[in-house]
Order: sequence, then C-alpha cells, then structure tokens
Amino acid sequence: MAHNTFYNEILTDHNLHPAHKHDLPDANMELEGVNPSCGDDIILKLKVEDGTVVDGAFVGDGCAISQASADMMLDLIIGRSVDDAKHLSDIFLRMIKGHITDEEKEELEEASVLEDISHMPARVKCAVLGWHTMDEMLGEDYEKPAD
Amino acid sequence: MADRKAMDDEIRRQFPLVNNHPEIAYLDNSATMQKPSYVLDAMRDFYEEENANPLRGLYDLSMRATEQYENARELVRKFINAEDTAEIIFTRNATESLNLVGYSYARTFLREGDEVLITIMEHHSNLLPWMQAAKAAGAALKYVECDENGHISTEKFREQITDRTRIVAMTQISNVLGVKNDVKEFAKIAHEAGAVFVCDGAQSVPHIPVDVQDLDVDFLAFSGHKMGGPMGIGVLYGKRKLLEEMPPFLYGGEMIEYVKRDSATYAELPHKFEAGTVNAAGAVGLGAAIRFYNEIGFETIMEREEYLSRRMMEELSALPYVHILGSKDPANHHGIYTFTVDGVHPHDIAAILDEDGVDVRAGHHCAQPLMKFMHTLSTTRASVGFYNTGEEIGRLVKSLSTVREKMGIV
Ligand SMILES: Cc1ncc(COP(=O)(O)O)c(C=O)c1O
Repeated sequence: MAHNTFYNEILTDHNLHPAHKHDLPDANMELEGVNPSCGDDIILKLKVEDGTVVDGAFVGDGCAISQASADMMLDLIIGRSVDDAKHLSDIFLRMIKGHITDEEKEELEEASVLEDISHMPARVKCAVLGWHTMDEMLGEDYEKPAD
Repeated sequence: MADRKAMDDEIRRQFPLVNNHPEIAYLDNSATMQKPSYVLDAMRDFYEEENANPLRGLYDLSMRATEQYENARELVRKFINAEDTAEIIFTRNATESLNLVGYSYARTFLREGDEVLITIMEHHSNLLPWMQAAKAAGAALKYVECDENGHISTEKFREQITDRTRIVAMTQISNVLGVKNDVKEFAKIAHEAGAVFVCDGAQSVPHIPVDVQDLDVDFLAFSGHKMGGPMGIGVLYGKRKLLEEMPPFLYGGEMIEYVKRDSATYAELPHKFEAGTVNAAGAVGLGAAIRFYNEIGFETIMEREEYLSRRMMEELSALPYVHILGSKDPANHHGIYTFTVDGVHPHDIAAILDEDGVDVRAGHHCAQPLMKFMHTLSTTRASVGFYNTGEEIGRLVKSLSTVREKMGIV
C-alpha cells in the first residue's frame, strides 16, 4: 500500500493553523452544522452587508477535513458577493461528486485539494459540512437587500 | 513462536477474505468478523441441495430444509447450554433480539412507576429499546456507572436497584472498553430484587464460552455475523417460562396454530416468535460457524485472542501520545482497544491507517452516553479476532506512529 497520503501540507496546515477559526462578535448570521455520525460540529458565523460577505469565521470541533475545508471556504468567500459564494459552493459540491471542469477547479483555489475526497465516500460529509452550512444560511431564508 | 506462525497460517487459510487480502490488516472484529469457507460452503450447499421454504411444505425437500434449520437451533442450544431448543429464537441480529424483549416483554409487563436499570456502557441497541419501553409505560430508565477502568462494582449496582426495578439489561463485554461484567453476580442480585435480567452477548458469545444456565440470565441476545456466521441471523435465548408468558412480537405466517375470522391461536415456542419465512440459510451458516468454533475450541480461540490483547496493550502503551480508554490490564480488554491520539481526530487516524491497509473503527461506537461519561466525543477502536496475528498488531502500531507526523504535528 505505497500510495501517498491524502493529508497533504495544504490540508494539514489549514487544520493546524486555521486563519478563520475564532469568534466573530459582529456577525449577523450564524448557523450550526453537525455530522451526527462523526461528531463534527461547527458554528459558522458570517457578517453579510449589502449582498457581500464582509467577514466570516467558524468555531467548533471535528476532523481535519471538516476543519480545513471550512477554513479554505472562508478564505475564498470573504470579500465576495453572496452570489459568488453560492456559485463557489455549487462548484465545490459538484467537485466532490466528480463533475467539474478545469476552469471551475481553478476558481476553488486551495479548496481544490479536496477533490480526491470523491474517492472517500465516508469523508464526503466532513468536506462539505462548512459549505452546506453556508448554503443553508444564504439559501432561501437569505433576503437579498433591495438595491 | 514457530508454532504460533504455523497456527496463524493454518487458521488464516480458512478465511478467504483474510487469505486473499494480505494487504489488509482487518482489526474491526467487534463490528463484524470475516467468514470461514466452512460457513460459506454450508450456505451454498443448503441453497444447492436443500432449499425450500422450511416448516411449510409436506414434500421431502421442504422437510430437509426444516431439518437443517432445526439442527442449527440445536447447535445454538448446545453452544450456550440452554435447556431446551424451544428457548432459542432466531432473529436478524442482536438488535432485533433486544427489541423483541423490549416490545413483547417490557411493553406487556412494565407499569407506571417501575424502573428499568441499564449501565452507562450499553450499546445503543441495548439502550434505545429500554428507553422507548420505559417511556411508553411511564417507567424510569436508570443507569449504573462504571469507574474509569470500566469496572461496575456490586455496591454501585445495589445502590441503583430497588423494589420497583423490573428489568435489568447489561452487556457481558463492552464493545468500547472490552471489559467483562460479572453478569452472573448481577443477575443474582437482580433476581433477589424480583427483576428479570437481559444479557447483551453480542461481544461475549464470539469470544468466551457463555453458559446461560450457569449465568442464570433470563434473556441473552447475540448476532451470528460477529462470530463468523452470515449477516442477517441472530439469536434470542429466553427462559421458557418467560417466553410463554409473552405475546408474539410480529404477526403473520408460521407463527399461528389456527386463524379464524376474529381470532387466532399462536404456535408453540419457538415458532411463536418467528413470523414469516425464516432465514434458513442464515441459520445453517450460523450452525456451521458454531461447528467451526467447536472444531478450533475456545481454549485455542481465547489463548490467541489473549496473546493479541497483551501485545496490543504493550505496543500501544509504548506510544506516549496514545491513550487507551478503560483498564490498563490486557486481561480486561478481550482484544478490544479504544483509544485517542493527541492532536488527531479519530476519523483522520482511521483514514491514515486505511492508507496503510489497517482497518479500524472510528466514531462513537454506538455508545454515546459512555463517550460523554468518559469525556470524549469520538475515538478509534481496534479489535482482534482469532485469525489476527502479532504481525498485524505491529502494522497497526507502525502506522499509528506515523499519524502525527503526517498530520503535520511533529
Ligand atoms: C455490545 C453490542 N450490542 C449490540 C450490538 C448490535 O449488534 P447488531 O448490529 O448485530 O444487531 C453490538 C454491535 O455492534 C454490540 O457491540
């Protein structure tokens, strides 16, 4: 079994030194995401103003994949519009199912290191936890401010 | 040592998956065990030579199928030393066996204000049926706690048992801590208080000799798949007197004597509890697994598992960042080791071990109250079967020793 480890440096670095794992007192949106089968449990906090994700953070516990994935997601979406964030989420979730183009993969930047998770069905839920939580927050309940 | 190697080879040869996949070190035996050819062949023979719907047809083939099915029941009876084959009910698994008692016995006999006593280390399958039955009756569900070694003292047990305790349900061996409870002593105390004693044998029956008459338990549940039998066959042993008092669990074909428009009389034990077409091939497979166990003998099985258990304790304890849950004495583990690794989440541990072909379980092991009691959310578990080898324990430990580095910690 000489294959390389899935746990490359980008992944372990985001896990050990997450830039966005902290409280966010001025967040105006907050949602808990849980994987009951693994015990991954995060609370995602976003500050959304005028249709833009101005700031974001998460707290909680979980495996390296869930933690690193949430951190990489926040790297990507902070400063972007809500629509961009949803678009990236759509690409990420399709990447996990194995259906994206190379251009789309580039848009995901570091988060594309999780592509191989599509071969690890037991871990898919860990990788998508942050993204699903964000989708739920920005989903139907999210009211786009009137322009 | 040479003897052990020869014995390893001799045993492993008989388990096709183990034999065909030397790249895998399968150490998740508490979840399910691999199957010997002997079991697979017996099931194939049944389907090729004797398959018909048992207990129904009047033709020779159906009678042969019935005989095979009932022979398996007799093998089970002998294996756990029950008095009578009427006391052996085939189910799908330990979970269904425990639910059978939960629905049929508990929901009939529990009254408001009664108590059901279980332990903090129960598998969800020996917890939820009692939680539900207690709720339905307005009874209380109480827990006995263990100490940090997993030991449940008789004093603690006596503190929780009262004259309202109707049912005590307890595992004989914990699927997390590996510890063995003194079921014989606890059953005696339960009986003195007027309660029935339900024993979860899912982790004990495959690893130690279990004698229901000696233990004097009222019910015993176990699964075939954890002892080399197929998935989908399990056993409920119950004392005849209790089973006779209990209403059927499921209704339908095969469990009736006469059916009129408005009433029915039910079949005798054990068929009263075996509604519908039975899993005859599964029972035949379990019967073959028992023959296989008898052939190898518990003396050998236990000697091998104790050896592996000692090695596991020695080698895991040598890693300072590995912390074993429960006792420090390998004799209290029965080959089941649940542990944490400093700084690494169990799912990442299991994934990295998997990259080295080492199969272990990660998660809460269907025992969330125990995890909470032990102040941990999720852990990793390695558990041995008698076909495992010292070399495989070595592979586990070697792979574990790389986990922290691979995660960038050191
Ligand atoms: C102690 C214990 N009880 C009950 C069960 C349930 O067994 P099954 O899933 O075969 O019904 C298990 C299996 O994991 C167990 O370890």
